[in-house]
Amino acid sequence: MPILAPIGRVFLAFLAVVGRVTVFAAKTLLHCVTPRFYFRLILKQMCEIGYFSLPVVAMTTLFAGMVLALQSYSGFSRFSAESAVATVVVISITRELGPVLAGLMVAGRVGAAIAAEIGTMRVTEQIDALVTLSTNPFKYLVVPRVLAGLVTLPILVFIGDILGVLGGYMVGVNKLSFNSGAYIQNTFQYLETLDVVSGLVKAAVFGFIITLMGCYQGYYSRGGAQGVGQATTNAVVSSSILILISNYIVTELFFVR
Amino acid sequence: MSNSPKISLTDLHKGFGTKKVLQGVNLDVAAGESVAIIGGSGTGKSVTLKCVLGLLTPDSGSVKIDGVEMVGAGRNAQDAMLAKTGMLFQGAALFDSLPVWENVAFGLIEGQGTDRKKAYDIAIARLADVGLGAEMADMSPASLSGGMQKRVGLARAIATQPEILFFDEPTTGIDPIMGDVINDLIVKCTRELGACALTITHDMASARKIADRIAFLYQGKIIWDGPVADVENSDNPYLQQFISGNTEGPLDLDLKHL
Ligand SMILES: Nc1ncnc2c1ncn2[C@@H]1O[C@H](COP(=O)(O)OP(=O)(O)OP(=O)(O)O)[C@@H](O)[C@H]1O
Ligand SMILES: [Mg+2]
Repeated sequence: MPILAPIGRVFLAFLAVVGRVTVFAAKTLLHCVTPRFYFRLILKQMCEIGYFSLPVVAMTTLFAGMVLALQSYSGFSRFSAESAVATVVVISITRELGPVLAGLMVAGRVGAAIAAEIGTMRVTEQIDALVTLSTNPFKYLVVPRVLAGLVTLPILVFIGDILGVLGGYMVGVNKLSFNSGAYIQNTFQYLETLDVVSGLVKAAVFGFIITLMGCYQGYYSRGGAQGVGQATTNAVVSSSILILISNYIVTELFFVR
Repeated sequence: MSNSPKISLTDLHKGFGTKKVLQGVNLDVAAGESVAIIGGSGTGKSVTLKCVLGLLTPDSGSVKIDGVEMVGAGRNAQDAMLAKTGMLFQGAALFDSLPVWENVAFGLIEGQGTDRKKAYDIAIARLADVGLGAEMADMSPASLSGGMQKRVGLARAIATQPEILFFDEPTTGIDPIMGDVINDLIVKCTRELGACALTITHDMASARKIADRIAFLYQGKIIWDGPVADVENSDNPYLQQFISGNTEGPLDLDLKHL
C-alpha cells in the first residue's frame, strides 16, 4: 500500500526523536547532579529566565483572573450561583491557568531565546570551541538553563497566582459589586493546599520541559541561520505541546484516584 | 627525535552520508615539529583537525596523541588530551556572550582554575602578542572585525601554553604585515616554547615560514609530505600545480566549464 509507507516512516522518525530527547534529558539530569557546577551561570540564567519573564507572566495572569471573574459571574448568575465566583477564580488560577498560561508564555519567550542562542553557538562552532577548552557543553550551557527553569517557573507561577486572584478581586469588587471582605473570605474558604502545590509542581515540570526543549533543539541544530530559525520554531512548538500533554498527566496524577 | 610521534594519524576515513571526505589520511607529527597541511578548498583539512580533536568521530582509522589511541577513547583520556591542546577555529568561534579578555582567558579560568585577576593579566599579554591593545579587552567579540576575531581566537588557543597546537587558517583574512606578526608568533610557540603545531593554510609564504614540513591533502589522502625545502623541487605534478596556482594541470578542480 503506497499510503502505509509514509505513515510508517513518519512514525519511525517520531520514535527516533522521542529516543533522542529522552537520552538528552537523561544526560542533562546526570550532569545536574555531578560536579562541576557553574553557580554564576545558574544565577545569570535565573535572572534571564525568571526575572525577565515576570512582566509577561504578571500581565497574563492578572488579565486571566479578571476575565475569569467576569465570565464565571455572567455564567453562574443564570442559576444564581454568583457567590461561587471567588472560589472558581482562585481554583482555576492556581490549578490550571496560572501554570499553563505562564508556561506557554515563557515557552515563547525563553524557549525560543535558548534555542536561538545555543543553535547559533552550534553553527558557529562555539560549542566545539568549548570542548577544546576542556569545558563540558552540557554542564556549561544546558544544566544552568534547565536548573534555572526548574527553580524559577514555580516562583513565577506563585506570583502569577497572587496576581490572578488579585485581578479577580478587582473585577469582583469594582465591577460586580461584591463585598470586599466576603470576596476574600470566599477565596480562601474552599482553597486547599493541594490546589496551589499541584500548580507549582506543574510549573516545575513546565520549566524543565521549556528549557530542555530549547537546549535540545539548539544543541542539534545545523545548517546555518536557517537551521537556527527552524530550531527556534521547533523549540516553541514542541515545548508548547509537551506542556499541554504533561499538564493533563500531572493533573490526573494529583486528582484522580 | 623521540620514537613515538606526538600526533599520529593512520588510515583515517571520514564521510558525510554518501560523500567520502577523508579516504585514508596518514600523517605523523613529532614533538616540537610544525607541520602545515595545504590543499584545495573543501578537501577535508578542517575535517581532519576535528577528527584529531575528537569533535568528529572518524569512520575508521586511528588517531594517536602521545601514543594514546583517541578514537573510541573514554572521557578521561579525551579530557587529558584536550588539556594539552589548543585550537584556533577557521571562523574563530569566539563566545559572543563573553568579552574579549574572558574569551582569551577561558581555558585558564574554566580549564585550569586560574583566578580571574591573574587570568586577566595573562589575557592582556596574549592579546598584545597578536597585536591587539588592552582597550579591546572589554569589547564584545561581535563588534570586532573578522581579522581581529581571528587574532583573538589565536590568543585564546595559545593562552594556556598547550603542548599541541592546531591552527585552522591563522592568517586568512589578515593583512600581510599582521600576517607576518602571526607567523612569528606561531614560530615562537613552536621553536621557542617547544610545542608541536599542525597548521592548515592556503598561504604558501606563511607555510614556508612556520612549518618544518608540509603535507598536501588531495582527494582524501596526503599525497605528498616532506620538508619545506623540498616543496619547490618536488616532482609531484599535483603539488607543483597547487603551489604555482595554475588552472592547467592534473588537479581535478571540479570546475564546470561552460
Ligand atoms: N558537518 C558536516 N556535515 C556534512 N558535510 C561536511 C561537514 N563538515 C564538512 N563537510 C564536508 O566535508 C568537506 C570538507 O570540508 P572541510 O571543512 O574540511 O574543507 P576544508 O579543506 O577545510 O576547506 P577550506 O579550505 O575551504 O576551509 C566539504 O565538502 C564539506 O561539505
Ligand atoms: Mg577549512
